[in-house]
Amino acid sequence: MLEGRVALVTGAGKGIGRAIAMELAAQGARVVVNYNGSEEKALETVRLIEEAGGEAWAVKCDVSDFDSCGELAKKVTEKYGGLDILVNNAGITRDGLIMRMSEEDYDKVLDTNLKGAFNTIRHFSPGFLKRRSGKIINISSVSGVLGNAGQANYSASKAGLIGLTKSVARELASRGICVNAVAPGFIETDMTKSMSDKAREAVIDSIPMRRTGTVEDIARTVAFLSDAASDYITGQVLCVDGGMAI
Amino acid sequence: MLEKLKEIIAEKLGVEIEDISEESRFKEDLKADSLDLFELVMAIEEEFGNSIPSEDLEKLVTVGDVISYMKQQGIEE
Repeated sequence: MLEGRVALVTGAGKGIGRAIAMELAAQGARVVVNYNGSEEKALETVRLIEEAGGEAWAVKCDVSDFDSCGELAKKVTEKYGGLDILVNNAGITRDGLIMRMSEEDYDKVLDTNLKGAFNTIRHFSPGFLKRRSGKIINISSVSGVLGNAGQANYSASKAGLIGLTKSVARELASRGICVNAVAPGFIETDMTKSMSDKAREAVIDSIPMRRTGTVEDIARTVAFLSDAASDYITGQVLCVDGGMAI
Repeated sequence: MLEKLKEIIAEKLGVEIEDISEESRFKEDLKADSLDLFELVMAIEEEFGNSIPSEDLEKLVTVGDVISYMKQQGIEE
């Protein structure tokens, strides 16, 4: 259980981020619901958490901006006195074949997905060090583990997150801070809804379990990595993908 | 200032106060690694309200170096 803990979930307005925020709150954590695009959706996440008896606070921040993340760390520390669990979930896609991918499509995806995680870790880790505890969970992807045609930028960012996870895990391990990555497979969200039926069938054929995953599958895994039950686990990539990356 | 510094160093590096002198080298004598030094700097900044930029860190080899560095910043006690 996460009673008394404070968690920040980036990109928690919808999809996997919302499910993670709700699960952490259900386990007793006070949750900072970060968003950048839609305040409405973030407030919806907060409402869902409050309706279930939890505590949440929506805060806008563009994680791709270094200084904004510094401000975010300040705000969270002022309000709650510190952070216990940092979940770097915020992510975007700009899919396309490499020959047609614009420089902007590449940069935008890397800036949010990979640099965003660096930015938050950079600003929150002094606090973790001081408390000699903390859980950092980076949401990677099966695309970062296996690669995925049409997602060179996204896959690069998600593979980058794995390198970031392992390095920071080594740096902070002696202070009791756990840094892990979760690599979701094919999860039913807005991000995957836009696929054609044919493409969807092809993906499902590549999943040993022959079915897609749910956002709750990911949320439960993140909750485990946030909890004392996983205190001896660091630097790992947990693939939650129905066996896709075996 | 030395006494206060010794207290902080002892706490952060897990060494005995008696083993710390102005001549003590952080890495060699007090067995501090880079993370220890980062934490030490954070604690010093918090206690004395000053700021020690990363680029100055390599100049601070001994406890005495820190004292003279802080004196240059106008911190005497």
